[in-house]
Amino acid sequence: MMAALRCVIVRDLLLAARRSSDVLTVLLFFVIVVSLFPLGIGPDPSLLRTIAPGVIWVAALLASMLALQRMFASDHTDGTLEQMLLGATPLGMTVAAKVFAHWVVSGLPLVLISPVLALQFDFPQELLGVLALSLALGTPVLSLIGAIGAALTLGLRGGGALLSLLVLPLYVPVLIIGAGSADAAASGLGGHAQILLLGAMLVFAGAFAPWAAAVALRISAE
Amino acid sequence: MSSNWLKYSSPQTFFPLAGKLAFWFGVLALIACAAGLYIGFFRAPTDAQQGEAYRIIFIHVPAAWMSMFLYLVMAFWAGLGLAFNTRLSGMMASAIAPTGALFTFLALWTGSLWGKPTWGTWWVWDARLTSELILLFLYFGFMALQAAIDDPRRADKAGAVLALVGVVNIPIIYFSVKWWNTLHQGASVSLTKAPTMAATMLTGMVVMAFGFWFYSIAAALMRSRCIMLERERASEWAVEYARGSA
Amino acid sequence: MSWGSWENFLAMGGHAFYVWGSYLVTLGLLIAEIVLLALRKRSALARLRVHGAAAQGDR
Repeated sequence: MMAALRCVIVRDLLLAARRSSDVLTVLLFFVIVVSLFPLGIGPDPSLLRTIAPGVIWVAALLASMLALQRMFASDHTDGTLEQMLLGATPLGMTVAAKVFAHWVVSGLPLVLISPVLALQFDFPQELLGVLALSLALGTPVLSLIGAIGAALTLGLRGGGALLSLLVLPLYVPVLIIGAGSADAAASGLGGHAQILLLGAMLVFAGAFAPWAAAVALRISAE
Repeated sequence: MSSNWLKYSSPQTFFPLAGKLAFWFGVLALIACAAGLYIGFFRAPTDAQQGEAYRIIFIHVPAAWMSMFLYLVMAFWAGLGLAFNTRLSGMMASAIAPTGALFTFLALWTGSLWGKPTWGTWWVWDARLTSELILLFLYFGFMALQAAIDDPRRADKAGAVLALVGVVNIPIIYFSVKWWNTLHQGASVSLTKAPTMAATMLTGMVVMAFGFWFYSIAAALMRSRCIMLERERASEWAVEYARGSA
Repeated sequence: MSWGSWENFLAMGGHAFYVWGSYLVTLGLLIAEIVLLALRKRSALARLRVHGAAAQGDR
């Protein structure tokens, strides 16, 4: 089974590498959206410093949501999804593997570039680690929850907007805790509690979301 | 005895029962709401701090209770339909959703109108109001997903998965919003905190809650009848009924 | 709770807009829901008569 999962991950990463514009688009969207906020609000450094974690988190949320539709769509059109449904590997595990590959392509780059963007907002340098860690823990949760939405809306018209409507309410706790960690760290309280909560969310989502997404995939693909 | 009840799991037999139940629950709703409004306006005294504006509570709190309760019921029926593959359970879930969304909106609307004279703003990012807003989005998501899927069976099952995921998330959402609210020290008083509850106020709220509950049952049953008529287009009983009611 | 006069009742201690704004919207939406459901049932029945006849004719 591990070989099959490795195969799924490698295949997804290869496909993403071949269509590298997809990866870059998500990253660029993230960067641009973050840059929009100062333009809309004004360059006052103290204000920007305060809103930095929230802005970066919201932008990361939106950017990772953009990439969600692609998770199952191409497999659905070329028939690979049917093979996965019929295959010996438990569908939940396959979904988990796909979510992991999806996160590597559209979540991890955001985590890596977030410190740079935070510096644009004059966010304290010693707290960049907390922000990046919160995103590192939070973006996989977003991918996991998003997988359920992507599976439910597979092949539907109005896909992208509908997917957003389904998934954004479920994202709210992750956003609150994630942005809250950097906020708390910035106000001197330390973001440990939130980071731990994010870890717990990751474990919880990691355990249940692939299974729920698998159920949703079977419903959508029949 | 059990076989008698099970026969109602087919749309054909449930349809007339739903009609009768809807009527009687409607009657009960009218009675309960009339009683509740009487208590609210003619028995409950004026509040010392909030004046007459607090009387909005007799709609706001029951509507909020209904919004959450109906989501649970909806998720229950949806889950039942997913587990046992019963058509009627899925129809019931779909029938409840718009009524639930309506009460959520009313809770937000009345909450806003209550907040303005008492706390000075139309909207406060109070934990309960914010959670209520997200609940509205959850209802809309459920309805939008079902509307986007043509095949009714797929719509039922997909909606069920979404509703169940939502149900699991509601406590998480509520607690994270509550934490967020207390951390950021928004309004120092909760909008939904009632003035010190005179017994009559509580009675009025509870009676109105029953009124709304009976109303919800009546509306959901009416809607389920519409859904049955729309989906069972190929069935003889539906065609016969349509001809009979021409 | 005695209001004293009809005017007092309607005025709601100066908060008439908020109180009646809440109650009237609630009443209006609840009635609208029922009305819309009645209309929906009527159109469903009409469609059944048309398409049902066609389906029956195929047999």
